[in-house]
Amino acid sequence: MADMQRILPWLEDRLGLDAIRSFIAHKRVPVHSATIWYYFGGITLFLFMIQVLTGVLLLLYYRPTPSEAFESIQFIMTKVEFGWLVRSIHSWSANLMVLTALIHMFSAFFLRAYRRPREVTWLSGMLLLFLTLGFGFSGYLLPWNTVAFFATKVGTDMAGTVPLIGPFLLKFLRGGEEVTGATLTRFFGFHVAVLPGVTTILLFVHLAMVQKWGMSAPTAEEEKHQMPFYPHFVLRELVAWYGALGILGGLAALFPWELGTKADAFAPAPAGIRPEWFFLAVFYNLKLIPSRIWIFEGEVLGILAITAGVVIWMLVPFWDRAPDGEKPRLWVTGVGVLVVTYMAVFTALGYWT
Amino acid sequence: MAVLCAAALTAQPAAEKQEDTCIACHSELEDELGRPAKMFQDDLHRKLGFSCVDCHGGDAGSLDMEVSMSPSKGFLGKVSRRGIPELCARCHSNAELIHPFNPRQRVDQLALYRTSVHGKKLAQGDEQVATCIDCHGVHDIRPSSDTLSPVHPLRIPQTCAKCHADAEHMKAYSVPTTQFAEYETSVHWNALSARGDLSAPSCATCHGNHGAAPPGVNDVAQICGTCHVVFENAFKESPHEQAFEDMGLRGCVTCHDNHAVQAADLGMLGVAEGAVCADCHSEGEDAYTVAAGMRTRLDELSTALRDAREVLDRAEEAGMEISEGRLQWSDANEQLIRASVQVHTFRAEPVEETAAAGLKVAQDARQAGFDALDEKEFRRKGLGLSLITIAFVIAGLILAIRGLDQETAKSDST
Amino acid sequence: MTELDGAGGRRGLMKALLGTGFVASITSFLYPAVRFMMPPDEGESAVNEVRAAGVDDIRADSGLLFKFGNRPGILVRTAGGELRAFSAVCTHLNCTVQYADDSHRIWCACHNGIFDLNGRVVSGPPPDPLEEYAVNIRGEDVMVSRKG
Repeated sequence: MADMQRILPWLEDRLGLDAIRSFIAHKRVPVHSATIWYYFGGITLFLFMIQVLTGVLLLLYYRPTPSEAFESIQFIMTKVEFGWLVRSIHSWSANLMVLTALIHMFSAFFLRAYRRPREVTWLSGMLLLFLTLGFGFSGYLLPWNTVAFFATKVGTDMAGTVPLIGPFLLKFLRGGEEVTGATLTRFFGFHVAVLPGVTTILLFVHLAMVQKWGMSAPTAEEEKHQMPFYPHFVLRELVAWYGALGILGGLAALFPWELGTKADAFAPAPAGIRPEWFFLAVFYNLKLIPSRIWIFEGEVLGILAITAGVVIWMLVPFWDRAPDGEKPRLWVTGVGVLVVTYMAVFTALGYWT
Repeated sequence: MAVLCAAALTAQPAAEKQEDTCIACHSELEDELGRPAKMFQDDLHRKLGFSCVDCHGGDAGSLDMEVSMSPSKGFLGKVSRRGIPELCARCHSNAELIHPFNPRQRVDQLALYRTSVHGKKLAQGDEQVATCIDCHGVHDIRPSSDTLSPVHPLRIPQTCAKCHADAEHMKAYSVPTTQFAEYETSVHWNALSARGDLSAPSCATCHGNHGAAPPGVNDVAQICGTCHVVFENAFKESPHEQAFEDMGLRGCVTCHDNHAVQAADLGMLGVAEGAVCADCHSEGEDAYTVAAGMRTRLDELSTALRDAREVLDRAEEAGMEISEGRLQWSDANEQLIRASVQVHTFRAEPVEETAAAGLKVAQDARQAGFDALDEKEFRRKGLGLSLITIAFVIAGLILAIRGLDQETAKSDST
Repeated sequence: MTELDGAGGRRGLMKALLGTGFVASITSFLYPAVRFMMPPDEGESAVNEVRAAGVDDIRADSGLLFKFGNRPGILVRTAGGELRAFSAVCTHLNCTVQYADDSHRIWCACHNGIFDLNGRVVSGPPPDPLEEYAVNIRGEDVMVSRKG
């Protein structure tokens, strides 16, 4: 017992935990009507940690080759103890994470959290969102089932239509001209090594910036009332995290993730192939564009337009230059509402048509 | 006539190569005289370098009708029906001639034709029967692998039916005209047309094509047995083989029909209403008991399979992974198929043995389904438990938060 | 005094709830994770290689069926002594093929499809050859694995 009491102070001293302790003790979170949105960043982080944990567990059994990938997941689902739970949680959490990341981004937008001096926080956050989508796209192929195979084919086909770099990008993504075992190997590499590595660095930047500049509030007025980060906000955050755990468990047990049928490159594509829901809006949008607009190929124009839109959105800290604390400008809110509506409507249309 | 031909020729573009004058003139004509020339464009013989004169004789180099269609140049005019087989055989029975075009092509068609009902009747003077051109076409002959050819596997039934389903045409003969209609209801036609299985039998498969003749009464089983080998083997060893021969009954066809072959199902077996065994065997006979027994065994197995499938489907719908159970089910199903084959030994023991083995596997498959459903229950209970612990924690957290807030409020006001 | 007691009583409940709750919930997360990490009896996932038979189990000019993952396979020893293995699923309608010692070929009883000892269709309805597997002898065992 006495030893215990000596170890903790020793650790604190060597690790310099004092500085961290006092920082956390002084950190405060604004309390206002929109405080609930503050939790979504943490939930996204929590879901990411779940992904890393369940992902590492799955790595113990998964095999990234066309002849074994599907079978190894079937093995996990049927033979490994609680394999069904780990795999279903991984798949559900992936989808929930994209959803919470989007909510987090939109709440940051509507609450103007991107304003000076938090531009880098916003930019790193947008990059993290792209990485999340990259995780989703690369991970989707790994079970090597029919749906995944063809969704990847369609998705990388679109990447190939980007002007100039398209063909190079397609070959880079696919590891060849077609979707093959080479694609699976490289998507696996992206999914478990490249993307996690880059994400860790960006997460570090993102979180460091959040700590440096503190939590933003929409107006100076709302900044007034605050609560201590520890223990008040942390306890609430824990409620959210535990709630998320309960939801994940429920989804995994009651709606286990499907296995599908093993991919057969020589079989024709089944009818109604679609990408996952978070790409559906773009996919549907591109389908609507006529194949030729004046002298340009419709699909190319569509991709360029969407890319331009994303870039403009990403640069919002530089075109909404209202100083931090000033009342939000209505037209900027309007842009945000338009974007959310567009995404919701087109995703729904993509599902039902 | 010569004026017409000359006129036709002057209408051609100057750069045209030296053409067959038969085609040149006849393609400008109407109706019966013009049609063959137009059809000939699609003909395989034309593509291989043959022309009208190779069958009809005459001179293809002359524009002068008197020369091109002169008997002294060998012109035959319209060939009589009776002479057609010999005309075609002039080349098609000549191995050395055919060899350069297709080394593996048969050259015995005429010999086979002479053995056929068509060939025999034609030799007796009946010109209503089929000759080469009635099945193969005459001026637009295509290889049998071409889907437009009347003798492509998918089109043979209709080609035969042109005559054999025509009551008017078949008036003079004693054969029925219902075969095509019956065949269209059969599994064989379904395999051919709906499944695209070109190996499925059409008329020619069982009756022969050039040597077309209905199989002899005792030969039918052998013909069915060219594909359905195991059934023929079982039948040959069975008591039915001798019995059928003695009674002049055709094997296979007596129970399964010849043209309207349906997918065999359990309803055919046994002594109940609609079953074929009772057509011959009456109560009290050994055979009657055997038939009834076989039906009972197979019904048992079939029911077990249905039950197993029901449980497996339920498990799958609940989201469980039951691929192994499905495999066991397929194994059991294979036993049912094997037992159905063994019915044709018309002995009880083989059927009983196989059915018993299948029953065990079907029960295993059913158990796999139940195990999956149990696992589903286990997962739900596990989920319930973990949700309870999570609820505890959340409750505790909320209490802690409330306590903290109250403290903060208190210290704020003081 | 009563205020403090009340607060203390509620604090105690809260601590108890949190304490047991945390422990219970962490256990309910860790237990599956630990069980997951322990490998199941079956050892490996995909069947890429099976022991089809013992070297002495199969004589020349014969064939035997074995289980290759989910599907049947057929191991054949030619008259010359060479071992070959194929998928035993007929490419016509998926019946299980067998070795026919009278014709020294692989035969499907369902509709009389015949394959030669290289898996190629000789006659009958099957449209495609039988998938060939790789055969290796390891000690006393004949190991069959997927090619390529």
